[in-house]
Amino acid sequence: MDHFTRRDAFKIGAGGIGAVAVGGMLGSRPAQAAIPIADVAPLKQPIEAGATLRVIRPTKFVDPDETVWNENTAKFQKETGVAVRTDFVGWEDIRAQVAVAARTGAGPDVVAGWANDPHLYTDKILDMTELATYLGKKYGGWGPLPQIYGKKFGTENWVSIPMGCGGGAMVYRKSWVNAAGYATMPDDLTKFLDLCRKLKAAGHPPGFALGNAVGDGNGTATWLLWAHGAAAVDEQNKVIINSKETIAALKYGAELYKTFIPGTLSWLDPSNNKAFIAEEISLTQNGVSIYFAAKNDPKTKHIADDIEHSRMPGAIDGRAPESANTLNAMVFKHTKYPNAAKEYLRFMMEAPQYDVWLTQCLGYWAHPLLAFDQSDCWKQDPKIIAYRDAQKMTYWDGYKGPIGAAAASVSAEYVLVQMLASVCAGQNTPEDAAKEAERRLTRIYRRS
Amino acid sequence: MDASTWAPSRARPSWLARLFDNRIFLICICLFPAAGLLLAFLTYPLGLGIWLAFTDTQIGRNGHWIGLENFQYLITDRVFITAVWNTMFYTAVATVIKFALGLWLALLLNEHIPFKSVLRAIILLPYIVPTVLSAIAFWWIYDPQFSIISYVLVNVLHWRDTYVDFLGTPWAARWSLIAANVWRGIPFVAITLLAGLQTISPSLYEAALLDGATGWQKFRYITSPLLMPILAIVMTFSVLFTFTDFQLVYAITRGGPINSTHLMATLAFQRAIPGAQLGEGSAIAVAMIPFLIFATLFSYFALSRRKWQQGSDND
Repeated sequence: MDHFTRRDAFKIGAGGIGAVAVGGMLGSRPAQAAIPIADVAPLKQPIEAGATLRVIRPTKFVDPDETVWNENTAKFQKETGVAVRTDFVGWEDIRAQVAVAARTGAGPDVVAGWANDPHLYTDKILDMTELATYLGKKYGGWGPLPQIYGKKFGTENWVSIPMGCGGGAMVYRKSWVNAAGYATMPDDLTKFLDLCRKLKAAGHPPGFALGNAVGDGNGTATWLLWAHGAAAVDEQNKVIINSKETIAALKYGAELYKTFIPGTLSWLDPSNNKAFIAEEISLTQNGVSIYFAAKNDPKTKHIADDIEHSRMPGAIDGRAPESANTLNAMVFKHTKYPNAAKEYLRFMMEAPQYDVWLTQCLGYWAHPLLAFDQSDCWKQDPKIIAYRDAQKMTYWDGYKGPIGAAAASVSAEYVLVQMLASVCAGQNTPEDAAKEAERRLTRIYRRS
Repeated sequence: MDASTWAPSRARPSWLARLFDNRIFLICICLFPAAGLLLAFLTYPLGLGIWLAFTDTQIGRNGHWIGLENFQYLITDRVFITAVWNTMFYTAVATVIKFALGLWLALLLNEHIPFKSVLRAIILLPYIVPTVLSAIAFWWIYDPQFSIISYVLVNVLHWRDTYVDFLGTPWAARWSLIAANVWRGIPFVAITLLAGLQTISPSLYEAALLDGATGWQKFRYITSPLLMPILAIVMTFSVLFTFTDFQLVYAITRGGPINSTHLMATLAFQRAIPGAQLGEGSAIAVAMIPFLIFATLFSYFALSRRKWQQGSDND
């Protein structure tokens, strides 16, 4: 879920500058001081003579994401002599570039792409089990979500190295929620609906994107489905959207929609950020961007002071109904320097490099390795703790099916958003909406 | 050397020179760059698009020939039907409004008014601004929370109690998009028709004046028939531009709410590129071709008939 949008990037620009300053200070002492590191024998990956690497990854949304990445890469180059070139590619373009590289057997050696990508090309990329096991042992193990995205479905074989998880938590105004009679964000869906009704009555309505917003719209739809035990497909990718759980989710969504601020059906990704910062809404689901935009502007400091984050309500058996946008790195078999490529990924994931990246990006990409729970990143501001746990989520894009291309198509075509929005708008009954989504999903999943 | 030994013929030219003297060869070689460009950048992509429409190709995966399956699915797909309907509605309504307002504007600008050239330059502004920028401007104007129109209506004039939900319901969103398209399209129509108006000889109007014709009669019997040929061309272009519009819709609504404002172009893009269903997306794009051919033929032939131009008794 890319809860960050281009507009957020502008907003957070000022924050980025501040972050560089903070990072500069942090860099002066051993960054990994707080990270518990297990003693693990180093990997035997002799770097090939004369190796060079080409890396592609998505463009930054916070400045340090690019600067620290490049600093770490330069450090690798200095220590190993391997020349590395990183290209930062637009978020929508990277999937197509990976497809071309996989088909032609040329192009980048290493791709830090989106969560699904490595699973589309498992026969074209190198096995990562050894490296992932090494990193897992050394840094307290992998979180549940990186395990889902890193291993080939149903096996213990790692196909990729998840590098960071951008979570989408509940962002709310503490004082308004308290005034509505709730000390904290309720996890129970009935209580949450009651809270939203009270907030609306108090003139502080909630707002969740229901328009064709890639990150936020899909986030709203999947949250409601998962919170009701519904899923698009089963473990064999058989479409099971037309279920009583989905109907329940849609009915609940329609009730919840009545409490929303007007206009959410047309909301795109930046809309909830704008409305929250303008104090028009009391709660929404978003990445860390709202909080940092508010915190870094003196005019909105009072909003930041009043913001709290929590998990999205409706956990079933303790599983919060959220996923996270995961940066997932793979190495193509066509690389001439497989060891250099793996060494590069190892180097970037080791604490001296990784912790600087994590901290200076202010937790934008939350760590996949559990030892980094202890990072200074999460101690500098207790309000962002909810984003620390992005890697502990257990739902994924295309839950419950094997990870593949179809789930990405479902998000890109807003199939689940359309289902929910048509019921909220009163255009469709929940039963018809579920049937229509079933039809489209069946088509998308027909050959996967 | 005396004259008797002089051979009257010059040496036989080299094979290269003869080749370049060959008319057919010259035609071929001169046409080659243009034809090559057309083949490589028009014919090949169009052919590939049509071929993809009959396959189930996805990004990163080769497809198989599946015949008409994509089209069979699409005619039962509610979103596609809505997109076809939207496209026709959008094109028809926006073109009519653009022409009515554009012609009116052109007639006004053709009068002798002060600051004429400055006004003409200003009129062109919406057309000069890159579409995406104007789309973003409209996105703010239509924002459910921060719309300037809503602000004026609610907070300044107190005419309404609630903010206008421009994009929140399918019909409101469709009309909002049409308004944005009209705003953007008027200058093209107005300026081209103005050029057409200026080619009409003033002596015709002088003659009409002597005959005591009214303003309406001058428009009906002089302006409109003489403007008809250029009107046909402008109409054809305008229909094509509106029919294939993409940027405004994609930037303002992404096809939402509830996938109800998709045009065929935006739906084709959404399914083919972000959705990775190249085959189905191509099928939607290919489905536009008959509509485009029909729209072009209709506006071109219907409007450029001599009858219309020169009165019904002059076939």
